Amino acid sequence: MSEALLTLHDAVVHRGRRAVLQVPHLEIFPHEVLAVIGPNGAGKTTLLLALAALLPLEQGELRFRGQVVQPRRALAYRRRIAVVLQEPLLLRGTVYDNVALGLRLRGLDEDAIAARVEPWLRRLNIAHLAQRPARRLSGGEARRVSLARALVLQPDILFLDEPFNALDTPTRNQLLDDLQALFRAEGITAVYITHDFGEALALGRRVAVVMDGRLRQVGPPQEVFTAPHDVRIARFVGVETVLPGRVQSQHAGYLRIALDAGWTVDAVGQAPVGAAVYACLRPDQVTVWRAEPPAASSARNRCHGRVQRLMSLGAVVKVVVDCQGAAVVAHVTQPSLTALDLHEGAEVWLTFKASAVHVVPRG
Amino acid sequence: METLWRGLLEALHLLLSGDPEIWAITWRSLRISGLATLISLILGLPAGTWLALRSRIPGRRLWFSVVHTGMALPPVVVGLVVALFLWRTGPLGRLGWMYTPTAMVIAQVIIATPMVVGLTATALQQQDARLRWQLLGLGASRRQLIVLLWREARLPLLAAVIAGFGSVISEVGASLMVGGNLRRSTRVLTTAIVLETRRGEFDRAIALSVILLGLAFAVNYALTWLQQHDEDGEP
Repeated sequence: MSEALLTLHDAVVHRGRRAVLQVPHLEIFPHEVLAVIGPNGAGKTTLLLALAALLPLEQGELRFRGQVVQPRRALAYRRRIAVVLQEPLLLRGTVYDNVALGLRLRGLDEDAIAARVEPWLRRLNIAHLAQRPARRLSGGEARRVSLARALVLQPDILFLDEPFNALDTPTRNQLLDDLQALFRAEGITAVYITHDFGEALALGRRVAVVMDGRLRQVGPPQEVFTAPHDVRIARFVGVETVLPGRVQSQHAGYLRIALDAGWTVDAVGQAPVGAAVYACLRPDQVTVWRAEPPAASSARNRCHGRVQRLMSLGAVVKVVVDCQGAAVVAHVTQPSLTALDLHEGAEVWLTFKASAVHVVPRG
Repeated sequence: METLWRGLLEALHLLLSGDPEIWAITWRSLRISGLATLISLILGLPAGTWLALRSRIPGRRLWFSVVHTGMALPPVVVGLVVALFLWRTGPLGRLGWMYTPTAMVIAQVIIATPMVVGLTATALQQQDARLRWQLLGLGASRRQLIVLLWREARLPLLAAVIAGFGSVISEVGASLMVGGNLRRSTRVLTTAIVLETRRGEFDRAIALSVILLGLAFAVNYALTWLQQHDEDGEP
């Protein structure tokens, strides 16, 4: 990977006297989109503000292109970046005035401003709104203006803090599509805060997980979603089955885990024999059968149980199965639900591959 | 009732006939209170902004309490304090400002400044705190940030100016104490109204009152016009 554009090292941010964010080390590389996910109040926005030099660091340093960014002399750095917050926070004046704001702050003349603003108005489909008062726009239009206001600056790094929060689903999906296309076409470097895994997967080349004011994991989306570092991250990224147990044996890259519930699962991974672990399983990795599955199946793990609960999630149905005292969650499509005749109390078999089981240490 | 009616007619006559003394008093009132408002704005706007935007000021709550108390300062108390300073034997007696328009401006600045500071701080504190991050995040310098925040809060800030001007154009206690109501020098609308009423010259007192009310109306009308202009979404 190339040299980092932005580095936050050994950073601590305080609000009042309380430390609200601790980041041992985080790098942002050119042309990558780093999606930052975490629950509400985890410190995601604080991380974004610290990266944008909008909050002072109590400890540690922020480096841009290798140079330390001094909080009190950060203007030069802040003029190389752009920030889009949750609310559009448009100023009085027209849409054009709002989009031109950052360029006017940089002292460009009006001809140069027009030459840069107009293409972005067209690109974000808001050219027809140019002379409209900015405070009379719909939520989606205001978000587009807010994006154009940042993109027109051609920033080295774009910081976005849940910019499409509180928008209706079609508008949000449309804006996400447009943003994804823009990121790809322009090779924009961005930090994108979200609590939506779908957005993180769609936009992020890497994903950072922030919880309780700490940076807990950074990696490619697939790694974070399939191999979370601990059980809290696992639960947050959608792992619904978390089974406590102990490593019984290790052989040829496989672990056999004796679950507290009394049965065993095989997993791919490394852990010392006797170690207390959690076997984590994503619901989309579990197959549901009404008859006993054939022994020749490639899935090493199988369990037998009864459907405890069904819950429709729209496109899929969540099936909670009591497998000999352990709750295992699977997702099935609506047609599969009908074909399998699944109902509460139905007898079922579940199968899943050893590679689908992710093992995290307990305690 | 008859006195009031006769007074109103006489006032109208005086106003329309262009009585030079009345217009001189009016012009003097505007000059003194206008200058005092301008100075209080120069002092109060930055002070109110500093108080609103700097969360780490030591004793910030105490400062706010001082400002809020200042907003309710009785003009006679201000007049007394300024008089004690400017009196011949006072610390600033050598300047010879007692019973001059300068003394009146000083007293009025003391009355209006807390008003401007307090209302400026409140106006800026009511803004979305994230707006500052947003503007800095778009590349605003500290100075540009403050100008933009003032521009966004221009209506409440205008109200601060009006409140400051209103408090000094209508006060009588301090102006009487430090100005002395001297003819052709320190006589302003409010002190002239007191004098004419004492003399029993109700028609002149009413004429001066009508002018004072007219000034207040003109200023409020201007504010309302600006508000309506803004609410209509005009950029």
